[in-house]
Amino acid sequence: MTSRPERRSNRPALSLHVPEPDARPGESPDFSAIPIPAAGSAPRPPVDAAAADTHPLCYTLVRVLDQDGRAVGPWDPKLDPELLRRMLKEMVTVRVFDERMFRAQRQGKTSFYMKSLGEEAVAVAAAHALEAEDMCFPTYRQQGLLVARGYPLVAMMNQIYSNQGDPLKGRQLPIMYSDRARGFFSISGNLATQYPQAVGWAMASAIRGDSRIAAGWIGDGATAEGDFHNAVTFAGVYCAPVILNIVNNQWAISSFSGIAGAELTTFAARAIGYGIAGLRVDGNDALAVYAATRWAAERARSNLGPTLIELFTYRAEGHSTSDDPSGYRPKDAGAAWPLGDPITRLKEHLVGLGEWDDERHKALEEEAQAAVRQAQKEAEAKGTLGNGHYDDIDTLFEDVFADVPWHLAEQREQARAERKARGK
Amino acid sequence: MNMIEALNSAHDVMLGRDEAVVAFGEDAGYFGGVFRVTAGLQKKYGKTRVFDAPIAEGGIVGTAIGMALYGLKPVAEIQFADYIFPGFDQIFSEAGRIRYRTAGEWSVPMVIRSPYGGGIFGGQTHSQSPEAFFAHMPGIKTVIPSNPYDAKGLLIAAIEDPDPVLFFEPKRIYNGPFDGYYDRPVTPWARDPRAEVPEGHYTVPIGKAAVVREGEAVTVLAYGTMVHVALATAAVEGIDAEVIDLRTIVPLDIGTIEQSVKKTGRCVVLHEATRTAGFGAELSALVQERCFYHLEAPVVRVTGYDTPYPHSMEWDYFPGPARLGPALKAVLKD
Ligand SMILES: Cc1ncc(C[n+]2csc(CCOP(=O)(O)OP(=O)(O)O)c2C)c(N)n1
Repeated sequence: MTSRPERRSNRPALSLHVPEPDARPGESPDFSAIPIPAAGSAPRPPVDAAAADTHPLCYTLVRVLDQDGRAVGPWDPKLDPELLRRMLKEMVTVRVFDERMFRAQRQGKTSFYMKSLGEEAVAVAAAHALEAEDMCFPTYRQQGLLVARGYPLVAMMNQIYSNQGDPLKGRQLPIMYSDRARGFFSISGNLATQYPQAVGWAMASAIRGDSRIAAGWIGDGATAEGDFHNAVTFAGVYCAPVILNIVNNQWAISSFSGIAGAELTTFAARAIGYGIAGLRVDGNDALAVYAATRWAAERARSNLGPTLIELFTYRAEGHSTSDDPSGYRPKDAGAAWPLGDPITRLKEHLVGLGEWDDERHKALEEEAQAAVRQAQKEAEAKGTLGNGHYDDIDTLFEDVFADVPWHLAEQREQARAERKARGK
Repeated sequence: MNMIEALNSAHDVMLGRDEAVVAFGEDAGYFGGVFRVTAGLQKKYGKTRVFDAPIAEGGIVGTAIGMALYGLKPVAEIQFADYIFPGFDQIFSEAGRIRYRTAGEWSVPMVIRSPYGGGIFGGQTHSQSPEAFFAHMPGIKTVIPSNPYDAKGLLIAAIEDPDPVLFFEPKRIYNGPFDGYYDRPVTPWARDPRAEVPEGHYTVPIGKAAVVREGEAVTVLAYGTMVHVALATAAVEGIDAEVIDLRTIVPLDIGTIEQSVKKTGRCVVLHEATRTAGFGAELSALVQERCFYHLEAPVVRVTGYDTPYPHSMEWDYFPGPARLGPALKAVLKD
């Protein structure tokens, strides 16, 4: 043990500050310190505004839907009711899907699952504000991108189950999807790595004079990684056509966002030091997410550079199936989140427009349940991790390189022989 | 051509042939890199094909991966191999695995070039040989040339390769071969036949070693600068050594190694990197596994020490003829 040096009596002892969240288990959730500006109050700068002109927007919240579900203010994207209904449907589908797969994990059909409860608008609305051929570099809570881009639910489940239909041959942890055809880049378990990759893809698109842009997503906790800063540096320096989304759901497993610096400033304000455009957005407001993404996409498409978007939301569930959030925060925190539920808010908006009602909503939920149930049936027919998972020993050695070199071929022989010896 | 010119020519050929090739790195654009490997290329191909990068190796590797995913063939320079570690996670966890984790849906055809190795009084932070870290990584190829002809052909092959390739350049021999006799005047590449480098496109295949000196008494396995040390030591000591230049350590040309060791019955492994868990350990194990009944003596490793690279005592550290000579004689004793 090192001994404590003797302190000079005329100097105060130094003390270390370790941030603490507003409430811990047993206490009432307390969101009173969070300022929530009125919907419609944030100005909308022209798409070609100087980056610095957006910087006041890093300290407020771009919000479109007000308390009564009306779309107000300059950021209202004025979407067609058809598109609004489609987004609602996809958000409901994601929620139902999450619920089912969470249960499948509990039933031992897969090893792991991660829900996006309360964050469905973040991915679904962004997907519609981007073009289909734009490239997405997501993290693990943007399954809504795949749903919105029409990836089959069965294929998602096959991946989760690591079954015979798994497009990734049983190699990835559940939910770490990849779908090149729909511009959804493979998810990495190493946090933040996708962020500079998104920027590199966008730089390449610009180098080639292409018209496609890239978008990346990262969690509030992972912004502390060096790769986050690498990405924003490169994006700014080269004026890369990229949208850098920070999903601030306020929790990184059991560490609250203050541990990543949220007490000091907003995550959107990270844009300021890098001199790029920044927006802070109500992440539970599908219209605001859409409008902000659209704004940033138009900016990127016009060679006006990257935008950093903080999507302020709340992780209403545990981090994953391996996490019990009641151990570190009040039980009902998700329900108390003052920015509400993204699905309820979009639904109320549509009802207010006269484009939706409770009956249709109930039918939509049933339809989503049926679609997910049907997909699950099809997927489970191909096996689950618990029973009938992907099993082809030869493929274990494929795709390390384009061709199988001698040392892997030898190891493949060994694996085959070991199986044979075990009578398989 | 010297090795720098040969590498420059490889870039030039590939930038000219293939629109998808881009080159970047710290100081690599306008100035052409601290060793001038990319000199003149920005002027010729424009600054969106050859450009300077921020001092952020993780960013350089991470964005290069993104470019490769797009369909470009980035050639990223890490200014010194000693500085590759901030990019380590992007190489190890990402570049090396993307093909595998996506079941072949995506690949990362990218090259990371970096000058490595000692003998230039670079101190601890400009002298290291980190190849073993990368040889240990699944999904990464590791290439190390020893002369200008190979350097150009291997770099072109690396750029054309569909997988991520680490290309370590022995900086001590950029301007001329170096045999480890540090007090002798250095001869330029001009007098070496391996410096006759064609102007146009050609490749030297990745994964093929070269027998650079035939012999019957002992096999010396080496790469990079150490190839020259092996050749000179064998000549000076009058030892009938067969010297193999591995050229690529992953994938390794095991056939050539096996054939030679079975013929000579003795093997010395030579590299600059620290000894413990260095690539020499792998070579020694492979030879032992495959050639045991042909061996007349234990396989011996001649390497750097397990210390950081010292500045003032560089020649004590460097595994030159003074360390290789006695090792060869010892292996030949019984
Ligand atoms: C480099 C790295 N470090 C640690 C982890 C373990 N880990 C997985 S998720 C997570 C929390 C991430 O929090 P955040 O970025 O806020 O995203 P969220 O889960 O809230 O969506 C951690 C620490 C990891 N996967 N990768």
